[in-house]
Amino acid sequence: MQVIKAVLKEKGKLEFPSITPKISGAAWYEREIYDMYGLKPVGHPDLRSLALHENLPQGIFPLRKDFNNKTPVPTAKKEFPMAGVEGEGVFQVPVGPIHAGIIEPGHFIFSQAGEDIIRLDAKLFFLHRGIEKAIEGAPIERAFYQVERISGICTVAHSLSYCQAIENLAGVTLPPRAQYLRALVGEMERLYNHVGDIGNLCAGMGFAVGIMAGARLKEDIMRVNESLTGHRFLRGMVVPGGVRLDINDQLSAEIRSMLDKLIPDFNEMIELFRGNDAFLNRVETTGIVPRQVALDLGVVGVGARASGVDVDIRRDFPYGCYSALKFDVPVYTSGDCAARLWVRVDEVAQTVNLIRQILAKMPQGPLKVAIPAIKPYSSGFGWCESPQGNNIHWLMVGENNTVYRLYARAAAYPNWPALTVAAPGNIIPDFPLINKSYELSYACVDR
Amino acid sequence: MLKVWKKVIATGNVTKPWEKSVPPERSRGEVVVEQNAACKGCNICVNVCPTKAIKLYDGSPMINQKACVFCGLCVESCQDGCLKQTSNYKLATLGGSLADNTGSELNNKIRRVLGRSLHIRHVDIGSCNGCDFEMNHVCNPVYDIQQYGIDFVASPRHADLLMVTGPVTRNSTQALLMTYEATPTPKLVMALGACACSGDQIFGESYAIRGAVDAFVPVDIYVPGCPLRPQAIIHGLMLALDRM
Ligand code: SF4
Ligand code: SF4
Repeated sequence: MQVIKAVLKEKGKLEFPSITPKISGAAWYEREIYDMYGLKPVGHPDLRSLALHENLPQGIFPLRKDFNNKTPVPTAKKEFPMAGVEGEGVFQVPVGPIHAGIIEPGHFIFSQAGEDIIRLDAKLFFLHRGIEKAIEGAPIERAFYQVERISGICTVAHSLSYCQAIENLAGVTLPPRAQYLRALVGEMERLYNHVGDIGNLCAGMGFAVGIMAGARLKEDIMRVNESLTGHRFLRGMVVPGGVRLDINDQLSAEIRSMLDKLIPDFNEMIELFRGNDAFLNRVETTGIVPRQVALDLGVVGVGARASGVDVDIRRDFPYGCYSALKFDVPVYTSGDCAARLWVRVDEVAQTVNLIRQILAKMPQGPLKVAIPAIKPYSSGFGWCESPQGNNIHWLMVGENNTVYRLYARAAAYPNWPALTVAAPGNIIPDFPLINKSYELSYACVDR
Repeated sequence: MLKVWKKVIATGNVTKPWEKSVPPERSRGEVVVEQNAACKGCNICVNVCPTKAIKLYDGSPMINQKACVFCGLCVESCQDGCLKQTSNYKLATLGGSLADNTGSELNNKIRRVLGRSLHIRHVDIGSCNGCDFEMNHVCNPVYDIQQYGIDFVASPRHADLLMVTGPVTRNSTQALLMTYEATPTPKLVMALGACACSGDQIFGESYAIRGAVDAFVPVDIYVPGCPLRPQAIIHGLMLALDRM
């Protein structure tokens, strides 16, 4: 892994050369740096605000250390320009931020010629809670409870990345049992997300039987989540230094019997898709992201693997007990909604297999180690493969094991821009389908 | 098509009455103060709570249910066994028009108009999506909210009740206010989850969070939880509609 650092001269100009013209995937990161710190990426092609909307007065840079979170900030009325296409016969369709379904908020502008989308621009960060700033100065073990709540469906992913960053900095190794229990909840999170997302994809095309089958199977998994961790979204298991709860024979048996029941039921649901021309017509060749685009934008996870990019951070940079587990990484090349669906379908089988391995190999031993004093102002990374792709946290620890600064980058962050490539060329009614084939969490991105 | 029908028939009916399924043993719900608690006033629980939901009053802990995320840290940390975690999720409380005027004309009218057929619009203004997904889950075939004459609609213009999730963020304030405006009266507002009920207590003070939902629009039903389980949502609705 390589880390690029930009060093600013003291009293020099608050700017740095943009790398976006060379690496398109850097565009959002640099816009956010400009928003949050007022450091200008010189040569960036699109320096519109990303995270901060028109309501924040000019000249406020929330992540600067001299900005106090307790300062009352007045409401400004700036402009928030959206990118569209103009011309004869082209019209614009604004959608959101409040949508028709039970989903998270985002504002979209579709530039249309007839039914075809020519351009899509998105305004996100309606859910921006400033979590990274809010936890600055808090003890690392306390701030964990805010980090765990960055996103509901990525609870374990954010917890793991954050805790691993702490543990890497502290130089502690987890007891084997804790590593296996963490992998168990990580895979349970992937399982309920994938099964739910596959069902949800059907909502993008009004295939009610598929929606309900997915929702029913997801509910079964979430109930086992609760039996295991006391929480349907698996909160309260992973903690800095290890895990909080143990597993016993009865719970292992409950998980195994859930899997035994799930697999045939799930396969039958997938059969409803495979032989169904009306279904395949909708998903195949819809929302294509070519391999080169995926590489250029740094797309991760399911999105990358569906566009022929063979990445999985569990295999490429193993953490916890993953080097002791066997699994395949499914890769498809067509880059369309169908490919993203089949990647998930194959991963469900892999994940079920992983959970069985984890339960069979579960070592004995303690669940936790204490976190010693961490050298102030040391910084490091933690990462994991969330259901959507790799999730990375960068943490700098301050005095007395407090958070000096955190950067939480969820998988949805590099994948969002891919959606603006996938949508053009399709018709608006296909957008929900394309959107759901990525199933990008807004809360993860907005923080 | 035949396969679809076969699958539908083979699956059969999976819907259960909402109160029927009992939370599992480990389930974390309401934290209660033990009756003969021998609280020494050590403040350990107060300091350990990640959302500042506990205060000591008259020498015994008091929990603000609206801000509690049921993490159970206070229960684990108390040396004197004063606190106990239960699996109780029926914590919804009424506020605003429903609480103030119990039995009054207005109250009766709301319930008469909305009681048997309630249409809901979801407004997410800062949630981590945990609460949103649980709202989705009340529509799954196991809970099947529609069997109670309750459904989700696409526009606030068609809604009787707004279900709001998340603390009010700077960036969503306008969306919340405009959605509230767009909803015809009589209307109800339900604050779903610890964030919506308590504001910045979950994530802490931040330039990006403006407060709890009731600081911006009147709230009629509070349902605590982080997130609240689907049954807690149904409980809140039944309580509001006087159908408990
Ligand atoms: S359960 Fe957690 S959030 Fe609730 S009062 Fe106890 S420590 Fe606070
Ligand atoms: S109450 Fe909890 S689950 Fe609900 S939005 Fe807030 S952090 Fe998420």
